[in-house]
Formats: sequence, C-alpha cells, structure tokens
Amino acid sequence: MAIEFELNGEAVSLDADPAMPLLWAIRDLAGLTGTKFGCGKALCGACTVHLNGQPTRSCTVPVSAAAGGKVTTIEGLSENGDHPVQVAWRELNVAQCGYCQSGQIMSAVALLERTPKPTDDDIDSAMSGNICRCGTYTRIRTAIHRAAEDQS
Amino acid sequence: MNNVKKISRREFMKRTGQASGGLVFALSFASACQPEPGAVGPAAKAASSVTPNVYVNIRKDGIVEIICHRSEMGQGIRTSLPQVIADELEADWDKVQVIQAIGHEKYGDQNTDGSTSIRKHFDLLRNAGATAREMMIAAAASTWGVPASECNAREHAVHHAASDRSAGYGELVAVAAGMPQPKTAAFKAREGYRYIGKPMDTIDGMAFTTGRAMYGIDTVVPDMLYASIERCPAFGGTVKSYDDTAARAVAGVVDVLRMPEPTAPAFFNIQGGIAVIASNTWSAAEGRKALAIEWDRGANAVYESESYKKTLIASASAPGTAVLTRGDADVKTASVHEAIYYAPHLSQAPMEPPAATARVNADGSCEVWACVQDPQATRDTVAATLGVDKEQVTVNVTLLGGGFGRKSKPDFAAEAAWLARESGKPVKVTWSREDDIRHGYLHSVSAQYYRAGMDADGNTKSWLQRTSFPTIMSTFAPDANHPGGFELDLGLLDSPWHVPNMRLETCDAKAHLRIGWLRSVCNVFHAFGACSFVDELAHVKGEDPKDHLLRMIGPARKIDPATDGAKYTNYGQDLVIHPIDTGRLAAVAKKVAEMAGWGRELPKGRGLGIAAHRSFLSYVAAVAEVSVDENGKLIVHEAWTCIDAGTVINPDRVQAQMEGATIFGMSLALHGEITAKDGAVVQGNFDSYPMTRMNEAPDAIHCHIIESDAPPGGVGEPGVPPIAPAIVNAYFAASGKRVRELPLRNAGLT
Repeated sequence: MAIEFELNGEAVSLDADPAMPLLWAIRDLAGLTGTKFGCGKALCGACTVHLNGQPTRSCTVPVSAAAGGKVTTIEGLSENGDHPVQVAWRELNVAQCGYCQSGQIMSAVALLERTPKPTDDDIDSAMSGNICRCGTYTRIRTAIHRAAEDQS
Repeated sequence: MNNVKKISRREFMKRTGQASGGLVFALSFASACQPEPGAVGPAAKAASSVTPNVYVNIRKDGIVEIICHRSEMGQGIRTSLPQVIADELEADWDKVQVIQAIGHEKYGDQNTDGSTSIRKHFDLLRNAGATAREMMIAAAASTWGVPASECNAREHAVHHAASDRSAGYGELVAVAAGMPQPKTAAFKAREGYRYIGKPMDTIDGMAFTTGRAMYGIDTVVPDMLYASIERCPAFGGTVKSYDDTAARAVAGVVDVLRMPEPTAPAFFNIQGGIAVIASNTWSAAEGRKALAIEWDRGANAVYESESYKKTLIASASAPGTAVLTRGDADVKTASVHEAIYYAPHLSQAPMEPPAATARVNADGSCEVWACVQDPQATRDTVAATLGVDKEQVTVNVTLLGGGFGRKSKPDFAAEAAWLARESGKPVKVTWSREDDIRHGYLHSVSAQYYRAGMDADGNTKSWLQRTSFPTIMSTFAPDANHPGGFELDLGLLDSPWHVPNMRLETCDAKAHLRIGWLRSVCNVFHAFGACSFVDELAHVKGEDPKDHLLRMIGPARKIDPATDGAKYTNYGQDLVIHPIDTGRLAAVAKKVAEMAGWGRELPKGRGLGIAAHRSFLSYVAAVAEVSVDENGKLIVHEAWTCIDAGTVINPDRVQAQMEGATIFGMSLALHGEITAKDGAVVQGNFDSYPMTRMNEAPDAIHCHIIESDAPPGGVGEPGVPPIAPAIVNAYFAASGKRVRELPLRNAGLT
C-alpha cells in the first residue's frame, strides 16, 4: 500500500508493506543508501534517522509509523555536507571505515539539538546506542564538543 | 566535482589557517568506488592520458588518477597509498583522484590482509610514482631538446632552470604517451617528502559524512533481486528436507533455491542452505523466517564449547611437538611457576555484514560488486563456483564497512554469483548480523600452558610454553589438526624473552567450524598469555611489572629463531631488513610507561598494567589504567600506546589505528566470546556478543609514534595484541586477582 511521508524535505509515496522496517523502505524503495543496516534489532544504531525530529532506529520501526510524518536521513542533514557536526567529523578525521558514521552523526545531531553544550556524560548516554567496531569513540566525543562550539 | 573541491579547500584553510596551501588537500568523494578506467597502456589512451604503470594514469587535463589496488576497510589505505605515489610523482594533491582497482593480477598482491599494504608495497608504490615522474621529465626534456638531467619535477610540473621553462603534467601527456614506460627510477630523499609522513586528511571524509560512501551492501544494479540464506546451524551440515510453501506465499518473495552442498574442507566455498529471493531485503528475510527446514547437522553437531575447553586444556597440559628449543627448558631450578591461559572463539563482526551483488550475463561472464579484502581470491572463487574462466569474471571492490579478516573470505560473493546465475537476474546477498556471527570464519579458541623456572632470586631461567588451538589450516586442508606455518610466526616463535632455556611446543586441536583470521590473529592469544604470565612472574619475584618486563625483554639484540631450530618466516619478509629487535621492543615499553606516569600513586582499587608485543614487524606497548569496585564494575579510565612501525606514511591514520585497536582489544578482553552448543554458535547479535561502546570508552587513548626511518612495519593489526594483557595486568594491580581467561565478564566483571 502507498505510504506517504516527507523524506529529507520532499514528499514521497512508497508502495510498501506497512510492516516493512523504515530502514528497508528508505534503502530499497526510496533508494537512499546512506542509512545503514547493522543488526536489525536496534542494538547498534547504524540505522539511526530522525523521525519527526527524534533519533530513531529505523531497523525496528515499521514504515507505517512514518506515515504523515517527517524523516531525515544523513543525506538530508545538509545540502553540501556542511552541518557543523559533519564538518567537525571531517576536521577530526573521525571516520575509519565510515560505515557506522551516518548513524553516529544522526545521533550526535539529535543530542546537540536537545543539549547544545553536552558534557562527556551527556555524550556517553546519548551515543552508547551506536556501536563503532573501528573504535572511533574518543574522536567522536571530541568532534561533538567541537561541533557544539561551532554551533554556538 | 568542482563543488566538492571548493568545500574541501575551504575546510583545509579553516583548519590550518593558511591563506593558500603549499600542502594541498582534497580529492573527490566522487572518486569513491568508481570503476577503474578500461584498457591501460600508452597506446590505449594516447589521446587523452598516459599510463606510466598500472597504478598511475595522467590525464591531459592535468588530473593524476591513482589506482588504489588495496581494499579500504578503515585503515586509510585510499589516503596513504596515494600519498606515497603522489609524493614520488611530485603530484599536486589537489589534482589527484583515487580510483579503486578491480581484482586483477596485473596489480600484483591485492590481498588486503596481514597489515601488508604499506610494509610490503612501499617500494612498489614509490617506484610507481618515481617512474611516472621520470616519464614526465623525459617528455619535457624531449620537447625542449635539453638533457633530462637538467630538468626536475616539482609541484605537478617539470622545470628547466637554465632556460626558465616549465610544463605542467597535463601538457606533457601527448609527448609522454609515445615514450617507453620506465621500469625503475631513483626514489626521493626522505627530506624531500611532501606527503609521506604527513597527517593528510582522509580522502573519503566527505563521502563518509554525507552518506554517499558506497559499501558492498549499497550496491544497486538494474533488475536486481535480494537474497537471504538460511544455513545449517552446525558447520558442514546439510538439508534433510524442507518446505518452502509458506515462504513462497510471503509478499515480495520471487523464488526459493537450495544452495549447493557444503564442501570439506570449506575453503571459500558456498556452505549450503536455502536461499529466499525477493524484490527487497526485508521480504527475503521474512520469506526466510517462513521456511521449514529439517537439518542433518553432520559430524560437527558434537561441538560443545564447555567440554571442548577441557579437551583443549588437556591438550596444552601434555607434551606437544617442540618447535623451538634453546638450552634445556626442563633444567632444575629453585622454584617453578605455571599457569594455563584460555581465550574463546571470536567473531570479527564488522559493522557492515558480508554483502555482495552479482550479475551473470548471457555469455556466461559475471560481474561482482563486493566488500572484499582479497579481490583476486574473490575472482578465483567466483570463477570456480560458476565453472568459468576467471577472465570472464570482473570483481568491483566497494568500500568495506570494516573487515578485520572476515572479508578476506569471499564465500558471500560466491553465493551471490551462484544465485545470480540460477535466478537469471542480478542478485544481492545480504548477511544478517546473526548470519555473520554464527556462520563466519571464527577466530580460534585457544589454551596455553606456561611454566617458568626461577633461580633463588626469582630470575626466570627456563620458559616452557605450549599452545593449542584449532588451526586456520583446517579451513583449507582435510583433517588439519595441528597449528603450523604462519600461525607460529604470530607471537610464538618470535618470543622476545631473554631466558637461557626455552622450549615452545604446539599441540593437537580439532576444528569443528570454519576457522579464520581476525585482526592480529594468533597474536591475540599468544600476547594475552605471554604478557600476562610475565606479569605474574614479576609478582612472584617481587619486582615492579614494568622493570620486570624490561628485564625479561633483556638487552638490545636481534633474535633469529632459526638459531634455536625454529622455522620462522617473519611475516613473509626478510629478517635482516626487519629483525626481531628487542631494543625496539624495550624502547616502546619504556616510552609508554613514561607517558602513563608509571609508578605514580593510585587510589585503592585502581591500577596500571603494561604489555609489549612485536607483530607484523612493528612494536607496540600499551598501558591501561583500570579501576574496579566492590560490585565488579571495571572501568578502563585511560590508555596509552606507543608504536614503532618504522617509516610511517600517515601519522594521523596510524594514531587512529592505535585508538581503534585499543577499543577492539577492550571488546575482546571484556566482552568477546563465541561458544557452540550442539554444533551451533550460541550468540547471534550485539546483545549476546557485546562490543565496547561509548560509555565504556576510556577518557583518552594516547598514542606516541616512534620517529624512525626503518622500513615500514604493519599498522592495522599490531595495536591489538598488547591491549588485553595490559588490562588484565592492570586489573591485577587494582585487585590482586589474576584472571587467566577471557573475556573478563566471565570472571564476574562488568
């Protein structure tokens, strides 16, 4: 059935089983592959998108939950990759393999939207749902502080 | 492309505060995963470009295309490999584009494994850049009618000082295209390096931060179908019967196919199962859930970790085969200390699970897109699977969302190719996380026995070590049940201890699932055991663990295991050029102790632990600062690492590897354990196979890189081995309790 929502600022209508996880609707039906699959059980955060402004594990949320709502993926975060979080990520060369970083960035952006000046503890609690197997955590922490400074 | 470049340059200037860059930054994210150009060789491209060798293509518009023939999995090779070539070529970094190579023997060794990309290819890459540079010089000299010796190349142009003439590389393409390809050229002097040794930004940074980086799982080709495969819970088992009626009724499911039966040994072959083909990933997974399969679990159904642990420990407790003998390790000493160390199976668990897409064309040729560490093995495996000549197979290498050894084994590409042929459409196979953890090529479970004999002062005079683990060779040779060959290089035969009597033995162990390599391989358990046991001996002697470690490493000397009858292959490189240098090992240990403020007062329940280990021709020492409370809550507060990797190409990426290795080492020290029951892996996802997360990451991970002009050693793996023993030793310092088994959570620590 057709499920309509706003994806990165554009109206989309996807012919999807309502039970299909939002992740696969975004990747396979809408064709945006920046949002990653990592676990399928909301355990790793690689699939994090913003659903109506909230960081959401798209691998376990059905696409029907997005109906009538707004979804932002990494591709929709900024036009030229110049969101302060993206810029900080590049300045500090955070990424190693890069695979989990879409989810990391989406979680970090959501954190900074609620907590513009996060402490290390704020970062630890907001970011612990995002696994990085390459182990970029200490740079992610630094990059979030850097982005917080740049945003203010 | 122009847009991208503008952003990059602006960022560069912002970061460095430079108005204009002498050192330039950039490259294109559009270059990520582009296919390589078609035919190479001057004749093929004479009109628009010149290809001095397979790694370099210089275009008329001045762009230098550098072909990266190694796979990018987070180690930064798509940045550091071009750094070497561009440096020798005197190319302007802003005019360099990186193109990922397909799998082809013309590139030489492409197996991105064993931390070899720089250590085994530094001269090859320098030569690729230097010969291209000489070709440009020859073209300019011939154009101007002056001797080449009067010309020099600098900043993307050739200059002739006497006549004050310059020509950009792009301008020289037409002339160079008709000239012979030089085979060798002199390398630049170290002081002339522009990019080598500099912390250049990751060239894929823009792609990584905008979601545009393309991994194996991201491949989309027209008309593609999506597959998910249910495999036998036990390795080597087969389908007895199955009913796919319900699966076929799931919306989106197109077909259900029975995969070819597993082979023994496994190699990289398809391992059987039932595949569900659908119009999207989720429908394939849903269809798979609806399958009813009766399995014959086969001979490995007996595999059960609890009992196997006893078998393995018994194996290590009895005399084995001596592989190194120095003096008499059974010599009578004043006292003896012995211990058994045990470490479980591990799964590499890259964040991107195995995924591959294949298309089989009407003429039987096949094109593959996959996140593979070894594109040539992928090509061979796919060709063998389809029964076609490898010339008919093209392997496109995507970015890898982590590899850690898992993606050296291209079984998933073979699955995609087979399914593409059978279904008559392109097929993408995506492994679930459970598939990845349960059906991979696991890091070996191991038991080690250690016995030290000490004189009356507690100085170690004899060392006996036995190692027992199912060998990786079992994946390739029938009934291989004894460690051998390269596995013994990995932290066993290169034992650095300054002990007059030593015997190293290997023991039998049967494999019951696919054994493969994981980042630093056998070094993980050899360093864990040996560096922990050395720490034990410090306490037996009553000496500071750092001082004792240095005493055990002993005076600076170069060790040749052959002297003690060992067959040591030194990671495939010359022992004269890359010696086992205990002076370098001691130096990193001393430095890391200094960095960590070794010896400082710490509150109760807190401790420092140290370990040092040579692997992949590099030397790494680590200190961990750990606390533990009465509830067993263990925190790694801070970590210090020091690496001597000889010549370093990109210090920022080396530092990143050390940071990452620390976290990887923490994951395996604190959490990592794969067990089997009735032949099947028990764990399945990140709940049962946890990883170190942000809330456990140390406050800081410090890294010092020893300044060195020695030939380059490995970087991707050597950081891992010392981490677990450093943590275990720190836990002992904090608690007085010795843990001899990983992971630490099994000792009640959380």
